Amino acid sequence: MLDPIILLPAAINGLTMGAVYALVALGLTLIYGVLHIINFAHGSLLMVGLYGAFFLHRAGLDPYLALVVMVPALFFTGYALQWSVIGKASHGSDQNILLVTLGASIVIENLALYFFSADTRTIDTPYSFEMIDLGVALVPLPRVIAFAAALVLAAVLWFLIARTDLGRAIRAVAKERQGARLVGIDVDHIFAMSFGIGTACLGAAACLLLPMFYVSPHVGHVFVLVAFTVVVLGGMGSFSGALIGGLLIGVTESLGGLLLGESLGQMGIFLIFIATLMFRPSGLFGSRLS
Amino acid sequence: MNARLVMAAGLAAALAVPYLVRSDFWLGFLITVLLFAVMGMAWNILGGYAGQFSFGHAAFFGTGAYAAAVLHIGFGLNPWLGLAVAALAGGLVALVIGYLSFRYGLRGSYFALITLAFAEVLRILANWAEFTGGGVGLYVPLKVGIANLQFSGKTGYYYVALGFAVLSLAVGWALEHSRLGAQLMAIRENEDAAQALGVDTFACKLKAIALSGALTGIGGGFYTHYYLYIDPGIAYGPGVSVEILLVPIIGGLGTVFGPLLGSAVLHGAGELARRLMGDAPGLNLIFYGVLLIVMVRFMPEGLMGLVWRLRRRWRRVADA
Repeated sequence: MLDPIILLPAAINGLTMGAVYALVALGLTLIYGVLHIINFAHGSLLMVGLYGAFFLHRAGLDPYLALVVMVPALFFTGYALQWSVIGKASHGSDQNILLVTLGASIVIENLALYFFSADTRTIDTPYSFEMIDLGVALVPLPRVIAFAAALVLAAVLWFLIARTDLGRAIRAVAKERQGARLVGIDVDHIFAMSFGIGTACLGAAACLLLPMFYVSPHVGHVFVLVAFTVVVLGGMGSFSGALIGGLLIGVTESLGGLLLGESLGQMGIFLIFIATLMFRPSGLFGSRLS
Repeated sequence: MNARLVMAAGLAAALAVPYLVRSDFWLGFLITVLLFAVMGMAWNILGGYAGQFSFGHAAFFGTGAYAAAVLHIGFGLNPWLGLAVAALAGGLVALVIGYLSFRYGLRGSYFALITLAFAEVLRILANWAEFTGGGVGLYVPLKVGIANLQFSGKTGYYYVALGFAVLSLAVGWALEHSRLGAQLMAIRENEDAAQALGVDTFACKLKAIALSGALTGIGGGFYTHYYLYIDPGIAYGPGVSVEILLVPIIGGLGTVFGPLLGSAVLHGAGELARRLMGDAPGLNLIFYGVLLIVMVRFMPEGLMGLVWRLRRRWRRVADA
């Protein structure tokens, strides 16, 4: 069972699934890690993105082309959600944000259930089952693309936060809200922008995920705790941490599934989460952007 | 004096309900309201009084439910004793989770997330283990009899649920007037300050979570014997955690009657939504979610806050 011939492909498969986790977690590390908005609706917003990409595909648009539509669409969704609901209802308290985003996720998920029913849907693309031979393992093409995209997205986000004026404003707000307000930064706008960018990442993740995954109203559940795990493990607000954390979690899940069986394998993720929170809440790398 | 009179009248009315309400449907509705009032009070002890928001009360609910089911089905334990064991089991799991979380100083959103993760771990274990029946779940054999906690109609279940609801109110009242209650409220308002004043915050939070877990465990045990079925999704799924936390938040955090009021309004609103818009899946949950957001946005003190405001206004009018 511990033969490298089995272990290695499992690890590589885990790496590619981990890239998807990283894609989802990158947006969350901006929202949760930098601004400390505990966004429980992250999984549901990913679900919205997946449905968007699904219906665009039905209308004849390839999921990878749908990126052009879904990224801005989810940016505006996130911006509006933070501006009109979460920011207003939270009264500045962390616990209220927790509750409001929880409420938002319940509403979004069950609206999807109401309109789209509980059916699990998948799309058919010519490249869904195309395999890339990496020497030791055959990996589906969409997973390779997702892996590359996760790297690109992490780099883009890093650049955005570290090198642009908007990023500087976001970091200022994260560090010292009152001070940022005093120097003339529109704090509410920055909050909404950060939330919007974090949600836009989900639009990208959704388009990259759809060719190899499925969509159902509850699909967000698969990702929400995993995404929090990745963010905490990688160190809050660290994009490289989210990337490495995502890959680690993917490999853990894959190897855990191989060694302990499918049903117990998932537990590894949650145990890592619990252990990280208890012993190393600053994450493995602990490098903080803010 | 006045308040006592109102409470006595309320209790008398509650006792008379099965003679007035003949419909099984409405009795069933009231049983749900009472069951969630009990568990809402449990959440309220930890979340409302002590300010520690748990997103994983399913861990305690499910453990109580499985303790009652496994011991009854596998070992023939009397269901009434089973409820006591369910309380113990819920309290024990709460102690373990509480020890691990509080020992490492987890607060706020970290605490919420770790409780959610613990509930998920238990759900996966329940799905995997043999003695829980795995994903198929456990059926409690039908054997009607009062000693067996099974009744032919809903009336018996109603009185049992009512008993536990009264117990939960008594627990809430006693806590509010106890030293521990005051210490918990101090922790909620400012944990560091409470510690600086000599409150053993770790021990107090452990007591709160154990009490909360035990009360939730009773709810789980009652659920098993009322529905005669339990599976990992019902027991440890996020749905029950959410429903439990909605109750005191809607009713009013850190109040004795908040959970009861919240449970009645929450389930009443859910039922109303079903009546108005048909029995579509997810509809009552959409309603719950909107209600949660609206309450946090416009009425952070819950319905009890509204009750107090109205009462103050009424008094002022009466005085004038």
